[in-house]
Amino acid sequence: MNSIAAIKFLVYFALLTILAAPLGAYMARVYEGENRLSRKILGPLERFLYKIAGVREDSDGSWKIYARDLLVFNLLGFFAVYALLRLQGSLPLNPAGFGGVSPRLAFNTAASFVTNTNWQAYSGEAVMSQLSQMAALAVQNFLSAGSGMAVAAALCRSFARSEREGIGSFWVDLVRGSIYILLPLSLAFSIFLVSQGVVQTFEGRAEVSLISPQAAPDGTPLTRASIALGPVASQVAIKQLGTNGGGYYNANSAHPFENPTPLSNFAELLAILLIPAAFCFTFGKMVKAPRQGLVLFSVMMAVILPLVFVCAGAELSGNPALRGLGVDQSAGVFQGGGNMEGKELRFGAAESALWAVATTAASNGSVNSMHDSFTPVGGLVPMWLIQLGEVIFGGVGSGLYGMILLAVIAVFIAGLMVGRTPEYLGKKLSAFEMKASSLGVLIPPALTLLGTAAACVAASGHSTVANPGPHGFSEILYAYSSAANNNGSAFAGLDASNLFHTVGTGLCMLAGRFWVIVPVLALAGAVARKKIVPASAGTLPTDTPLFAVLLLGTVILVGALTFIPALALGPIVEHLMLFP
Amino acid sequence: MKTHSALRPAIVLLAAFSLLLGFGYPALVTGAAQALFPFQANGSIIKLGGRAVGSALLGENFSGPGWFRSRPSATTPYPYNAEASAASNLGPSNPALRKAADARAERLRAENPESTGPVPADLVTASASGLDPHISPAAALYQVERVARERKLPPETVRRLVLSSVEGRTLGILGEPRVNVLELNLALSRISPI
Repeated sequence: MNSIAAIKFLVYFALLTILAAPLGAYMARVYEGENRLSRKILGPLERFLYKIAGVREDSDGSWKIYARDLLVFNLLGFFAVYALLRLQGSLPLNPAGFGGVSPRLAFNTAASFVTNTNWQAYSGEAVMSQLSQMAALAVQNFLSAGSGMAVAAALCRSFARSEREGIGSFWVDLVRGSIYILLPLSLAFSIFLVSQGVVQTFEGRAEVSLISPQAAPDGTPLTRASIALGPVASQVAIKQLGTNGGGYYNANSAHPFENPTPLSNFAELLAILLIPAAFCFTFGKMVKAPRQGLVLFSVMMAVILPLVFVCAGAELSGNPALRGLGVDQSAGVFQGGGNMEGKELRFGAAESALWAVATTAASNGSVNSMHDSFTPVGGLVPMWLIQLGEVIFGGVGSGLYGMILLAVIAVFIAGLMVGRTPEYLGKKLSAFEMKASSLGVLIPPALTLLGTAAACVAASGHSTVANPGPHGFSEILYAYSSAANNNGSAFAGLDASNLFHTVGTGLCMLAGRFWVIVPVLALAGAVARKKIVPASAGTLPTDTPLFAVLLLGTVILVGALTFIPALALGPIVEHLMLFP
Repeated sequence: MKTHSALRPAIVLLAAFSLLLGFGYPALVTGAAQALFPFQANGSIIKLGGRAVGSALLGENFSGPGWFRSRPSATTPYPYNAEASAASNLGPSNPALRKAADARAERLRAENPESTGPVPADLVTASASGLDPHISPAAALYQVERVARERKLPPETVRRLVLSSVEGRTLGILGEPRVNVLELNLALSRISPI
């Protein structure tokens, strides 16, 4: 690890904190309807949407109504994406003339984009028409993000309420999150991206003549080349801000047209963690106890910071398999050095590792380098961050509610230790809340391990790995971790486009999203109904460093105990093979 | 409490958001991008005498004599296919990775007999996009003697050209030092046309 890499990381996390705090406060105002300034500008749009949808701005419903509305809306979105992809061949805005997407790929992609996963079993520039990219995929980038944020907002609101039946209105939370948070940030960010070189046009191609002609595979000289273009910046902006991660191009944010400069890279890195980090502050403000939010934020920081250094250390030290070939992987004045297979030179090993950690801590899943080619330890870090359940910042909204589930469990464990009724934020926690939290915490790991096991048994599950030995197993484990936790990144050598994987990962994504959201909303309903009891001498304060350590232990324990056996079969064996 | 059906708001909001976010938003961004940054928004296309010769942001394959080589590219069916970005996705322990790197290093050593140092890693490893426009300054310097010989230029001239093409870290910390291969080769053909 060299000092310049350490400076990059520290500047990044300092800037992230500085930006997240005020944004989080603003987001709390949005969800409480107190964002006066932005309402002056966009208020008419908000009210217009309520009017045509037949929704009252002050409507309030039980958690069951909230869950029903969310599920109906997301189901409808699922069918809309599926239909658009199937029919894109006969629809406009298809300059490259692509045909309809196959049923299994359309199912997988629809599941992927409504669940905020953005797992891509397809190659963007070679399969999707511009209409599909904009009207199907980019729309769900906003709406899946808006849905997750709405759930988190409803949960925060419920903790602040006392003896109330309602937890809010999904429609109101969805509209507010989309137009006051996601849309303005995306507009500003996409213009910045264009200034750096991200393309934004409705042209499908640019033609150039090569100054050094090539020989095509069939031997004919290749003197002209065609460059894929499209409305990329608008999609990249929301894919990063909404922890979606689905790129316009196959290479995602490694493609120079999605991420052209070190500055665009740094800005996209900030965008990946911005809203998830801000949600800690939103939580603190909405439950009227800022220190409670700070505790969650510091636990997330305590996990991510060391992991950045572990991952970058592994990548900067290069690939031992290339030793003895007369190849120089060391860092120096004239080269960044490190394990450069599957990495872009403008980012180098350090910022590729930082990205890998940020994108998997958040359930973003966009990549600026190929995780499949990372060293075993370098690849273990992002995989484990996904397996922790996407709670280290996590997805927009989903990271916060995932962490709150773990906080409930940590409070319960502490209650067992001291023999008192567990309380969190003034709410006494009983069996129902524990059941809901446990369900939300256990479903994704169960899906991950069962999906991986099934793929290892079925021939069509393991025959499509790209690398031999334990690395092939890592590809499968990564795929099902990514799907069940709605991350979307991949050890992309695995060909996930066959029937087994499209259906398998598709089901994992749907269950990993909605089977968690429903218990979270049930928890919200339960705590809204409870009376806020004042803290007594027997209450374990949850805004102290002691509780932060307890929560940290819970996060690590759940993640480590569940996955160390599986990780031992993949990256750990591979590491021992490469470093005998 | 009155309960409403979820269908009307679901259908209406999905339709409204599809129009607003699926069409309005990208159209607005496209309009602004084309007005403010037309060069970047259309692919940063470099023109030479009115002819488009490539993008300043995308790498190209330079296999003929007298050119600086780009990094290996894993795109198909030919390297640097700007319509199908791709990486090798070879795992670190995959024997195919070592074999490919070995073959590339061998070829570079044979091609650049004047350069006796080790081969810079970026010249034997495939990039993430398959379209990486850059090589490290070390990788460019490694090729200086060969390019000078093939272009019949003094090596010092070519070396100076390389060093003047080096882009440093942004703000002193972001990114890595690098050389844009297409721009370097264009500058090269300005002083010594093939």
